[in-house]
Amino acid sequence: MKALIAIGMVMMAFCAFPLSVFAQDNMPPAPYAYRQLDDPQQERKARELMETLRCLTCQSQSIADSDAPMAGDMRHQVRTRIAAGQEPAQIRQWLMDRYGDYISYTPRVNSVTWPLFAIPAIVLLLAGLAVWRRIGRRQNYKGDE
Amino acid sequence: MRNLRIGLWALVAVVIGLFALFAIQLSRPKDDSVESRMIGKPVPEFALKPIVAGRPGLTSADLKDGQPKLLNIFASWCVPCAAEAPQLAELEAHGADIVGVAIRDRPEDVARFLDFYGDPYSRIGGDDLSEVQIDIGSSGVPETFIVDGKGTIRYQHIGDIREDDVPLLLQKLNEAAK
Repeated sequence: MKALIAIGMVMMAFCAFPLSVFAQDNMPPAPYAYRQLDDPQQERKARELMETLRCLTCQSQSIADSDAPMAGDMRHQVRTRIAAGQEPAQIRQWLMDRYGDYISYTPRVNSVTWPLFAIPAIVLLLAGLAVWRRIGRRQNYKGDE
Repeated sequence: MRNLRIGLWALVAVVIGLFALFAIQLSRPKDDSVESRMIGKPVPEFALKPIVAGRPGLTSADLKDGQPKLLNIFASWCVPCAAEAPQLAELEAHGADIVGVAIRDRPEDVARFLDFYGDPYSRIGGDDLSEVQIDIGSSGVPETFIVDGKGTIRYQHIGDIREDDVPLLLQKLNEAAK
């Protein structure tokens, strides 16, 4: 019994402190990782794009939200490319050519994702049909009176 | 009444279907690795400065010299990179030409890392802003790409190279040589 408790505690300790494989480097962040662009309009464009790009080393965050060094380097890429006159769609495509749909938080319709777009439409259609039939029936009922 | 019964059974079927979907998806092993879409494409243009004294840097032209190469993306601060060092040494012993891209690293740290864990690299470029890493579609360290003599990316290995990955990498390198 004691042995079991000991094993349990060791396992809990491992869960609480997962092996840290994502060590951090000692380099300063990229120039435009935390620095905004001077032109507020360009910065807004960059910001909107960064919020819809997924961080690769911390996959549940956008690169705008993450302090991971690689997310900083990606923000640097986004800002310098925006500053150089590229369009956000162009930059998104550049990244998707490298990392696939994974990098983008804006879903596209493809062979895997189409149910996401089709199911709500079908449900809406069915609901509309049900409501229409019910209203129709009630009007018939009134007509009979 | 009959319609109601059919409706209820349909509902039960939908719920069972949903649970079946959960069961299938949950029993799949989790795979977080993001594969590069650059495989089969030419390496992007780049020129990385040397990072350790006496060792040339790395440019995309070096990857088009007719010899297939292992392009190893590593960093001195990365723990699994140290773990794969013996396997890189083994690959080098089998004749692999290994070139390195050091991500966000300082010269003194790279030098210390190579002293400690061995140095299989013919060239090492310093990538201070992860530019080459992003341009090649690598999402972390370590990763190893196989690039053929014309500079086309042929294969990507994500994560550290384990002992049992070595034969496959050698085979892919041989295929790239053809």
